[in-house]
Amino acid sequence: MTDAATLTRDTAATGAPLLKVEGLQGWYGESHVLHGIDFEVRQGEVVTLLGRNGAGKTSTLKAIMGILSKRSGSVNMGGTETIGLEPRHIARLGIALCPEERGIFASLNVEENLMLPPKIADGGLPVERIYQLFPNLLERKRSQGTKLSGGEQQMLAIARILRTGAKLLLLDEPTEGLAPVIVQQIGATIRELKKEGFTIVLVEQNFRFAASVADRHYVVDQGQVVDMIPNADLDANIDKLHAYLGV
Amino acid sequence: MFELLGVPPQVLMGQLLLGLINGSFYAVLSLGLAVIFGLLNIINFSHGAQYMLGAFVAWMLLEYLGISYWWALLLAPVIVGATGLVLEKLALRRLYHLDHLYGLLLTFGVALIIQGLFRNYYGISGLPYQIPDQLSGGQNLGFMFLPNYRGWVVVASVVVCFGTWFVIEKTKLGAYLRAATENPTLVGAFGINVPLMIMLTYGFGVALAGFAGVLAAPIYSVNPNMGADLIIVVFAVVVIGGMGSIMGAIVTGFGLGIIEGLTKVFYPAGSAVVIFVIMAIVLMIKPEGLFGRNA
Repeated sequence: MTDAATLTRDTAATGAPLLKVEGLQGWYGESHVLHGIDFEVRQGEVVTLLGRNGAGKTSTLKAIMGILSKRSGSVNMGGTETIGLEPRHIARLGIALCPEERGIFASLNVEENLMLPPKIADGGLPVERIYQLFPNLLERKRSQGTKLSGGEQQMLAIARILRTGAKLLLLDEPTEGLAPVIVQQIGATIRELKKEGFTIVLVEQNFRFAASVADRHYVVDQGQVVDMIPNADLDANIDKLHAYLGV
Repeated sequence: MFELLGVPPQVLMGQLLLGLINGSFYAVLSLGLAVIFGLLNIINFSHGAQYMLGAFVAWMLLEYLGISYWWALLLAPVIVGATGLVLEKLALRRLYHLDHLYGLLLTFGVALIIQGLFRNYYGISGLPYQIPDQLSGGQNLGFMFLPNYRGWVVVASVVVCFGTWFVIEKTKLGAYLRAATENPTLVGAFGINVPLMIMLTYGFGVALAGFAGVLAAPIYSVNPNMGADLIIVVFAVVVIGGMGSIMGAIVTGFGLGIIEGLTKVFYPAGSAVVIFVIMAIVLMIKPEGLFGRNA
């Protein structure tokens, strides 16, 4: 399949990667879902993982976070190899996950959900700045977390990983099932977060949305990375991408 | 004096107080079970044995070391809680990914071993434990006589129950607990040490049982079977209140104690079964329990 070295050469021009994933294999119980994922993300970049349903995008994020039942290969975060670490230690290296199912806690109110993840490093966004980005959350901070609308829950799921000092955000399909106006709002937020200096790995099915926020796109198919397309070259590669995504 | 349905007020109030005291033990014990079940998904069948341990540790502290009731009230729960930490570390944590039944069987076996050991060494006749001097005597309230120690049991139970409720529902630590109850994987992925939190929660739940045991020592005789007799009723209380609901366990514990006391006044023959009748009715109408969340 794809030659990982080629992908690396394409991106090596602008400094050392913050996250470098090599030959990452992953399992859910007995089921082997990742067959050697290779990609890297540089400091301050927004990178997407595109691919069909079941291609292994969500599993890749879970494997990076260490919450798949088994994984092997290499996941290097800022120079530290994490493959043998527990999820809680991986989190403390500055990686934070916003899961596909959002993971808002029903027994916590909005403010408790927001304040739940512990601070792991300096440099997180102040709470005032977070409420400025997501004013709805301030209005509803006493509401039960799961009483929010889908879009508000998604914003809460993103908001709570911004104040911890995590540098690398793993966002799993943040636009899934949301109205177009909310999708635009989330797109604007992601561009804002990039300006704040966050590095982001975004899993998406919607490549139009992906194109509006990302620097580069990795295409995932059957548990492997099969291609890398810089956002600037997206138009030239649109037919190839359609073939990959089966649209 | 006035009479209510032909019952003299002294009798009524006396049974109400007795019910309230039983209710205090139901509340503290079912609270511990609810805390443990909520986070660990373990039905802690050794809870009664751990309550008995609390009473015995208080007795031993006094008998062998001359340590008073007040220190025992602090030390015995810590000691019993520590045995809980060891049990969790060595055995329980290997069962979390299995069916509830395994945890229930393990803790049931542990209860039998602990109770058997104490029966072997101390017999079943029961050991006396004096009410501390500061709490001997009582108050004449006009309509009834209130022994000081019994009043203290109710006050101490209410304080411990609502203290626990406050910590779990209103503090940051409680927010971690509630979140880990819902989704331990995600809480771990935020960088929180969930296995440690689970171990300490079990230790705390067990310490609550030990605390109830110390409170019980001067009222009931210190006896290896004291927990086995009580725990069946406490499980009925937990089923009625709803597994894993903190406030449910507290309110149901006190409430059922009072209902049991009233039954003793108005229909004494029914007092031994009233809680189980209520359990059957609740299971028919609202199987998740009065305060339970839909599973």
